[in-house]
Order: sequence, then C-alpha cells, then structure tokens
Amino acid sequence: MATAAQRAARTRADGPADETGFAAAYETAFDAAVAADERIEPRDWMPEAYRATLVRQIAQHAHSEIIGMQPEANWITRAPSLRRKAILMAKVQDEAGHGLYLYSAAETLGTSRDELLDKLHSGRQKYSSIFNYPTLTWADVGAIGWLVDGAAITNQVPLCRCSYGPYARAMVRICKEESFHQRQGYELLLALSRGTPEQHAMAQDAVDRWWWPSLMMFGPPDDESQHSAQSMEWKIKRHSNDELRQRFVDICVPQAESLGLTLPDPELVWNEERGHHDFGEIDWTEFREVLKGNGPCNEQRITQRRRAHEEGAWVRDAAAAYARKHTAEEHGKAAA
Amino acid sequence: MTVTVDAAALALGDDALVLSHRLGEWAGHAPVLEEEVALANIALDLLGQARVLLSMAGDEDELAYLREERAFRNLQLVEQPNGDFAHTIARQLYFSTYQRLLYAHLASGDGRFAGLAAKAVKEVAYHQDHAEQWTLRLGDGTDISHERMRTACRALWRYTGEMFEPVEGLDVDWEGLRSAWLESVSAVLLRATLDVPEGPPSGAWSAGAGRQGVHTEPFGLMLAEMQHLHRSHPGASW
Repeated sequence: MATAAQRAARTRADGPADETGFAAAYETAFDAAVAADERIEPRDWMPEAYRATLVRQIAQHAHSEIIGMQPEANWITRAPSLRRKAILMAKVQDEAGHGLYLYSAAETLGTSRDELLDKLHSGRQKYSSIFNYPTLTWADVGAIGWLVDGAAITNQVPLCRCSYGPYARAMVRICKEESFHQRQGYELLLALSRGTPEQHAMAQDAVDRWWWPSLMMFGPPDDESQHSAQSMEWKIKRHSNDELRQRFVDICVPQAESLGLTLPDPELVWNEERGHHDFGEIDWTEFREVLKGNGPCNEQRITQRRRAHEEGAWVRDAAAAYARKHTAEEHGKAAA
Repeated sequence: MTVTVDAAALALGDDALVLSHRLGEWAGHAPVLEEEVALANIALDLLGQARVLLSMAGDEDELAYLREERAFRNLQLVEQPNGDFAHTIARQLYFSTYQRLLYAHLASGDGRFAGLAAKAVKEVAYHQDHAEQWTLRLGDGTDISHERMRTACRALWRYTGEMFEPVEGLDVDWEGLRSAWLESVSAVLLRATLDVPEGPPSGAWSAGAGRQGVHTEPFGLMLAEMQHLHRSHPGASW
C-alpha cells in the first residue's frame, strides 16, 4: 500500500512528461514519507540503494538465523534433561521459522530465497560473526541465550520501528520469541550457577568465552561503520553501533551479578559521570579475522549448510516433479 | 534408581522418546527450511508424549538418562538411524500410522492412557499426514527419489512386525491393528507408485525384541550420546 505522501506525489508525478521529473517527484515523496515516520511498503517507489541495503541487511539477518541453528543444535542430542531438551528443540525450531519470515520479507524487495541461499553458500553474503564460535559445553547453550540473544534483542527492538514495513513487522514477531529465548538462557545459567561447583565453573567458563564475541555483534565502532550514516538517515537503523553496545553492557552488568557470575573484563567499571559502564577495548583484529572467514567455525558452519542443501537437492527435485505431474493431472481433469 | 514394571507406559514412552531423539538429529541438516520446522515440530510433540508417559512410570529423567540399553522397551523401528530423507520418511510413515491407530483405539476407551491418547492422537494425525505427503512426493517424484523411497521402505519393513506384538497392560486387538495398519500403509505406498514390500512383515528373529530390551547396534551409540552429560554429573539438577 502506498503511503499518503507517496500517493500525493504520484498524483503530482503524473504531471511532468519526462522520466527525470517522475524520479525527482518519487524521491521527494519517499524522503517525505521517511521523514514523517511512515512505512515504506513493497509496491512503493524506493531508491535503488535503499532497496539494496535492505536486501543485504535482511538477507544477512535471515542467514544468521539459519546458520545460528547449528551451534545450538549441536547440543540437542546431549541436553541433560528432557525439559531442557524440549526447550532447546523449540528454540532451534523458532530460529528456522525466523529465517523463513526474514526470507519472505527480503522477497518483497524483488529477490528470491533461492538466490539468497545461493549467495550465502557461495560466501557472497554474510551471517553474524557470532555463530563462528563453537559450543563446547552445555553451559554455552545458556550463554548464547542470555548474551547472544540479549545482544540480538538490543539490536532488533529498534528495528521494529524500521522504515521498511515488512521488515519492521517481521521484527515485532521475532523479538517476542527472542526475548523468551533470552529468559530461558538466563534461567539455564542460573540453574548451573546455583548448582554443583562443576556446574558453576561450566557456566563461568561459557560466559568468559561468549562475552567479547557478543559485544562484537554490534558491529565495528561508529567511526568505522560504512553503512551506518545512510541507514540512520533512511531510518533503517535508529541507533549507532556504539550506542547499542553501551546499552547492552549496562543491561548485562547487573544481570551477571544476580547470576553470581563475573564478566571477563578487568576494565569494566561504573562511570558516575557518564552514567554508564566503562569497558575494555574489543579485540578488533579478532573481529576482522572472523568476518574474513578465519574464525574457529567459519569453514565448518558453511560446509554443513552447503551439505544440507546439496544432499537435499533430490528431495526438492522430487517435490517439484510431483507438483508438475499432479498440477498437469488436475488441468487434464478440468479440461476433460 | 527405581525399578519399574510399568510395561505399557515404558513401551509407549520409549517409542516416543527414542524417535524424538532421532528426529532431533535432523536439526540443521534438513533438505529445505520448511522441513527444519516440520521435523522439529514432530520431535517436540513426541518428546511431550514421552514426558507424560515416562512420568506415569517414574521420574522422566531417571528413566531417560539412567537406564541402560537392555532396559529400554522401544520398538527397534524407532531407533533406526535417520539414513537419508527417504529412510526418515519411511520410518515416520510406518510408525505414525501405527501410533495413530493405536492412540485412536486407546482414546476411545477408558483406560489409563485414554487422556494422553486423546490429546496425542491429534498430533499424530499431523505426523501421519506429513509422512504420507512426503511418501507420495518421493515415490511419485523423480526416478531417483522413487528408487530411494523404494529402498527405504524395503530396508525398514523387517522392523514393522514388532509393532503388533502384544504389550502387557494394553487392551488391544493386535491382529486387528495389524490389518488396519497394513491396509493404510499399502494404500499410501500404492498411490505413491511403490510396491508393498514382500515377505512377512517381521524379520524372524527380531519380532518383539525391542519390547524385550533387545536392540540393534546403533541404539547403544545413540544412548551414549544422549546420556553422557547427565551421567557425568550424578545427582545434579539442570
């Protein structure tokens, strides 16, 4: 559905006879709609660069959900109680569902899921760097829930107000489920932290390994973030990487305390003047290496994803062949 | 741990627990995203059933994590490795048809499983529909998928006879169940352009073996993985 401002602009755009006139009028309408906090919808005119940025961002988000199933699925068969196993399976299932929502949202921009998966498999599109870290113990499942989902929520809640309607609506549904997962992860860690000394140590070790990679989820520092300024202007993004990272740190510190766990940063301290926690420097070399494909699990994650896709090709072919045959049959019956 | 003799709750509970575990192994490996959702959904339904049933027999976690292979009472069919997607679908077709007929029967009576069965039969109807739809697509899809589905149906056929061995504590007409099952499965296989595997539906030695605690080799490995963490921390809660 066109926004009010755009409909008005289109009416005006009927006037000028030349293409430039149309484009200029549409662009003005688009800018006005964004400025008025209206939602851009699939059939509305949008700048090509806006479309491309959204495809890149939504696809990367969808890929992250799909690759993100792997580190957690790694523990489904070893979950230590039936209750935890059920929670974990439901969570991994939700992630597949989130991937589906997000691929659908991306498709409204004129691409297809097949095309996007192809780009993932060939390395032309990325997924979140966090999923290149391994889940080495059961406690990692809790740390992922608490920290990784926590960071994702901090990033994603503002996306519920993103200027592109289909993405914003997908985020509303996804954020509800994510915050549920985050509470479950926290509760898992709490059970370990209050459990036997071995369980407590397992929880602390997991938090030690996941803390810094979680902070990296907010992306490069503001002065190095190439897409930020434009995305904020278009209201795809509402806050800078560093703002969101700070918000996340401030949320986590008291939560870690109530968990009875420490965060692995000797420089982490409350700054009365700023009203925020100061924290240590992120290892940006590691961040860049992981993004380049040199993290601990990059190779493993993409290989498994490709293998699932390739080994499933005959199943997808069968479904397509069956559909062709039986659609033809239905047509035959209708004609007869 | 508690010694339990609740044969019926264990048989039904172990079937659901073990098949749920096998389906959980698919997470992240399915041929298409929709199947990630569907297989996990079925696994969750089965795990939910297992928890109710095992709780009728004792403590669910003790029963799942602290029994050894010889104490499990599940069918050998459900412990079979996933194999390719066709094997998983054939296993689902055979088992969900059995489970639906059995639960429909239990739900209609007033026995101790009537409540559970009444709830579970709705889930199982979905599982059966899912398996049937895929049997049709694979059987009547491409030459390759037809061949794979045919191979899978034959390979698992020998484990189907055991489903109709009487379970102590369940008041069921097992022969009637067998013919209803055969009728339903045959109809789907024929529609899928597949033949109904020949020969007795039970490998001679294996009939009833899972229900007696005699399992196939892959099952021990499955349990080793499933139980490892729980057993490494005796007495801990999670």
